[in-house]
Amino acid sequence: MSQRIPVTELADSFRGRAAVALADDQLRTNFRVAMDSLMQKRADAFPDADEREGLRELGNHIKARALSRLPELLEQLEARLTANGVKVHWAETTEEANRIVHSIIASRNGTQVVKGKSMVSEEMEMNDYLAERDIECLESDMGEYIVQLDGEKPSHIIMPAIHKNRFQIARLFHDKLGVEETEDVNELIQIGRRTLRQKFLEADVGVSGVNFAVAETGTLLLVENEGNGRMSTTVPPVHIAVTGIEKVVENLRDVVPLVSLLTRSALGQPITTYVNLISGPRKPDELDGPEEVHLVLLDNGRSGAFADAQMRQTLNCIRCGACMNHCPVYTRVGGHTYGEVYPGPIGKIITPHMVGLHKVPDHPSASSLCGACGEVCPVKIPIPEMLRRLRQENVKSPAEQPKVKDGGAKYSRKERAIWRLWAWLNTSPVIYRLFLWGATRFRKLTPKNVGPWTDHHTAPVPARRSLHDLARAHLNQGDPS
Amino acid sequence: MTDLFYDAAPNATRVAPERPGPRQYPAKPAEVTLFGTCVMDLFFPQAGLDAIRLLEREGIRVHFPRQQSCCGQPAWTSGYVDDARTVARAQLELLDNGLPVVVPSGSCAGMFREHYREVFADEPETLTRVSALAERTFELTEFLLHVCRVDWQDLGQPTRVALHTSCTARREMNTHLHARALLDKLSNVQRLDHDHESECCGFGGTFSVRMPEVSGAMVLDKTRSLRESGAAEMVTADGGCLLNINGSLEKQKQAFRGRHLASFLWERVSGESRS
Repeated sequence: MSQRIPVTELADSFRGRAAVALADDQLRTNFRVAMDSLMQKRADAFPDADEREGLRELGNHIKARALSRLPELLEQLEARLTANGVKVHWAETTEEANRIVHSIIASRNGTQVVKGKSMVSEEMEMNDYLAERDIECLESDMGEYIVQLDGEKPSHIIMPAIHKNRFQIARLFHDKLGVEETEDVNELIQIGRRTLRQKFLEADVGVSGVNFAVAETGTLLLVENEGNGRMSTTVPPVHIAVTGIEKVVENLRDVVPLVSLLTRSALGQPITTYVNLISGPRKPDELDGPEEVHLVLLDNGRSGAFADAQMRQTLNCIRCGACMNHCPVYTRVGGHTYGEVYPGPIGKIITPHMVGLHKVPDHPSASSLCGACGEVCPVKIPIPEMLRRLRQENVKSPAEQPKVKDGGAKYSRKERAIWRLWAWLNTSPVIYRLFLWGATRFRKLTPKNVGPWTDHHTAPVPARRSLHDLARAHLNQGDPS
Repeated sequence: MTDLFYDAAPNATRVAPERPGPRQYPAKPAEVTLFGTCVMDLFFPQAGLDAIRLLEREGIRVHFPRQQSCCGQPAWTSGYVDDARTVARAQLELLDNGLPVVVPSGSCAGMFREHYREVFADEPETLTRVSALAERTFELTEFLLHVCRVDWQDLGQPTRVALHTSCTARREMNTHLHARALLDKLSNVQRLDHDHESECCGFGGTFSVRMPEVSGAMVLDKTRSLRESGAAEMVTADGGCLLNINGSLEKQKQAFRGRHLASFLWERVSGESRS
């Protein structure tokens, strides 16, 4: 899109990927249509603004309380789950988490894994890790199945294949599965289901994520709409749940408002079709359920966010995706532009803790700070405030000891000097007025090209007289103030 | 649902701040300070002057301190906190005389009201003055509507306008409600909704130069929906959005333009026509 900078030189950056996405009319239409519909669904799900705001406040308080007791709740969760017969594993890095998952599968000589939807497993790149070890990992969530079939990554945390429309999916199924091309959505879903059904029965291990881990009872709660989560967690002989340490909440009572916030914010649903509460493996007198249940608790930078009182709020997130649905940037560039597992506003504020700002230096800047995300966040994460804070950490010099992983990624002495000059200009009234005089007097000399601004705008030309000048003449103020 | 609303975090830290109740407005003062803002100063001075005239029309004496420059927002949102604080401190000093401050640009008013407390978070002694300034700061449309309680006679010809509000100002201070209410007072003005009205125009200060492609796509969509609204022109009470939207329209060689709401209002109530 940019006339001045060839896209090819930028393809590794947010800007470069954004330029490619913006030029893709189909992609933009797909996102615009889908996000408009999701915004409407959420609005319809919260007809009473007072109830919505009260519930958001409650959600915020529940998560704040859980986080304020995070270490002890995690210990309680481990103790409860262990008592229930669930094996709990701790992983500081994604590499460790993958090793744990692999060793569990290997101990059963497993070769086939079926997965319910899990963003943490995406974070771990579990499919690739297992594939390298000759273990087939099949996504059973329809959206995940589609992106896996096309060798892609999810473009949205709730609707992984939202960047595709049904025609594109029909073509994909035809190409990859050899089925007749059909644009009937129901038929497309049936095609996916038939393929997956057999896989559930054959799988050695089922992998799932977790929406809420309840410390008091040792319960893993999982919401889903397709039944694939229930199949993945009950049919195979082994169930491995993977989740981030921030998903722990104190008790079952806390879960009720959080689930309501989650499903209404995400898809406008009063509740999902399936709500799974998993509290342990099959007991001797039970007829079904897995023989083994494991929980892998992943840190991957979360404790770094936890250590910072302000950034800790990012751990409130319940992964509903409402912030991306309402984001004017996400809507235009889509999830893949972010280049990381978690896209959109929430991705911009949690990813730096996971991968470091050097890897995502432009994420904090890719926002107009319009505030749409913070306004809809069901647990009231002040996302714009977090973005601003990350910008601050991003421009710190090494001597200023940035407090976010790899902070200072955008430190530039030149830019620092420009802002210093700006501050001097704006705090020296005489110089400032001299500047106004010059800018208005020599307005005709204003350059026609002022950096990237003039790619999409004409250059702004100063007025003939400044407001300082006009106001003084009008108010006839001889004396200052 | 009501039984679910229990006190979930009696002792927790870092909970979201309580929702503020509706703002209480004072009686109309005899004098105010106008904070003109840097963008208005250089690019829309006429609108600043029209804001002064609108206030004077209500019998208010307007001061325009000559030391004023910028609220500090560009550096603040870019992460240059020290520079933002330096500039903010200078404005805080010159506005520290107890007079109400009227700002003809929503996001700058929001800076005084919502963000100076973050800028000076580490200076408890300054925070008292910061909260006093926040209390005394009014965005122009808010001030005209709720403090002046204007009663206008529309002297203009029938026209149709689209309203654009700055996102932060709308979210922080309900400027959309204030501007709509003012426009509703004008008998010959019809306000038309436009598609995705509450969506950002793509300005976002330095965002527009750091992410020009994305920002450009946003303003292109915004200008299209404004043009397709059926309105004769767009009005807004935010200088940054206006610079962005008009700059894009001109680049596209469109005849449609936006105008600062202060100029539009002044024209309607004074009967003075410039176009």
